[in-house]
Amino acid sequence: MMYSEKVMDHFQNPRNVGEIEDASGVGTVGNAKCGDIMRVYLDIDENQMIRDVKFKTFGCGAAVATSSMATELVKGKSIQDAMKVTNQVVMEALDGLPPVKVHCSLLAEEAIHAALWDYAQKHEIKIEGLEKPKSDIHEDEEEEDEEY
Amino acid sequence: MDRFLYMDNAATTKTAPEVVEAMLPYFTERFANPSSVYRFASDNKEAVSRQRDRIAETLGAKSNEIYFTAGGSESDNWALKAAAEAYGSQGNHIITTQIEHHAILHAAEYLEKNGFEITYLGVDENGKISLDELKAAIRPTTILISVMYANNEIGTIQPIREIGRIAEEHGILFHTDAVQAYGQLPIDVDECRIDMLSASGHKLNGPKGIGFLYIRKGVKIRSFIHGGAQERRRRAGTENVPGIIGMGAAAKRAYETREERVRKEVEVRDYLIDRVLSEIPYSRLNGHRTDRLPNNANFCFRFIEGESLLIMLDGKGICASSGSACTSGSLDPSHVLLAIGLPHEIAHGSLRLTINEEITKDDIDYVVECLKEIIGRLRDMSPLYEDFVKKDEEK
Repeated sequence: MMYSEKVMDHFQNPRNVGEIEDASGVGTVGNAKCGDIMRVYLDIDENQMIRDVKFKTFGCGAAVATSSMATELVKGKSIQDAMKVTNQVVMEALDGLPPVKVHCSLLAEEAIHAALWDYAQKHEIKIEGLEKPKSDIHEDEEEEDEEY
Repeated sequence: MDRFLYMDNAATTKTAPEVVEAMLPYFTERFANPSSVYRFASDNKEAVSRQRDRIAETLGAKSNEIYFTAGGSESDNWALKAAAEAYGSQGNHIITTQIEHHAILHAAEYLEKNGFEITYLGVDENGKISLDELKAAIRPTTILISVMYANNEIGTIQPIREIGRIAEEHGILFHTDAVQAYGQLPIDVDECRIDMLSASGHKLNGPKGIGFLYIRKGVKIRSFIHGGAQERRRRAGTENVPGIIGMGAAAKRAYETREERVRKEVEVRDYLIDRVLSEIPYSRLNGHRTDRLPNNANFCFRFIEGESLLIMLDGKGICASSGSACTSGSLDPSHVLLAIGLPHEIAHGSLRLTINEEITKDDIDYVVECLKEIIGRLRDMSPLYEDFVKKDEEK
């Protein structure tokens, strides 16, 4: 198997799958055309601590595993600490990823950032080091210029 | 529990015990090089030519039109590149399709870089080419038409006989990649006016590393591998005697048991297709409903991704594939699924199940139950499904 045991574990028993109603922040990154979409829901309390986190992912084994691990790593943390969960940290926590799957870990980082961005926008605050998420899905626009 | 179901027979098949048995003496006792002069070797020479006879018989060909190669990819490369070389003075145009195996597509791309012009015919939603489009694509400079007999991913069978006639009428060479079809479908090279045909041993319960190219007498393609005088000076290299014995035994077995085997497989395949389409929502069958390989079923399940599905099926002891095994290193969805018009996100959720005669309806029941459970689980964690359900609720 191309995946580490940890990746397999997080793929087969993903943590934090689901939705949060009235979430403090929601972020969706990736696109269906490339085969990966991640959506992260954050529940952040008044002290800016991440009380709960859930995710939904459309994608390969690595995409599911990185979403699961990334959500585990930010759960219970402050926003500032959550910002330290980079794709490198996620990958290391999973004992590595095959080279062709490294982009999945980037997507996981971006999904967390996108959800934090959404939270910051709603609360009109600035989170240090956080930039506007690059990728977001626009399903309807994707298919137009598809060429083979 | 702990089932093991191998449902990836388009990737490769189990070498049949009788095939292995036929091969074994040629590794140990009868190891001679067929080109040597002593009697010990001439037995092997004869054994090789017997396999050539057997294979020729399955195709309605002559023995001296069968050339052993190292497999399907070599046969495809040889057919395309050597035909381009031999007939290049008459024209530089080749017609093929968008859904060929990469052994054809990448060989064609190589020829393109070397001054050839290639037309890649599109296919309809079932994966069939249009004969009118084929006719319209023919130019005075067209030297070769190469269309696969049946597709490795979606199983669709092409109108080979009609293509052969069109090629003949225009005096154009016709090659077909029959790697998936050989052993499963009845093939007659004369009836279908086939000039060259590629086949591979390991797709029909033969060994890996052996295949052949049928080259009609009179077709002037030259050697691709230079060296000794083997294969009528057209393919150098000491014969893979055990492989050739295995190829012959597998071809004989495949065509002797074909009708009974195909009848069984089609029944089980149709049972699988019917159950999946009626019991799993948002699923579709890829490829032609009836003009398809007896052992092939290929589905798309919306809102989920193929690799996740494969890993979960693996956990249930089911070996399957998503698109061609050769493309699994790439992140792009299968070129075949895109060619039949599927959008990327649906093409990502494909599953190919290719059965053999040992798979029973009881096995299919298990597979369908696993599929329902896994697809349900994956959809529950899919943001695409979530959006779809929410949109639906708003209506």
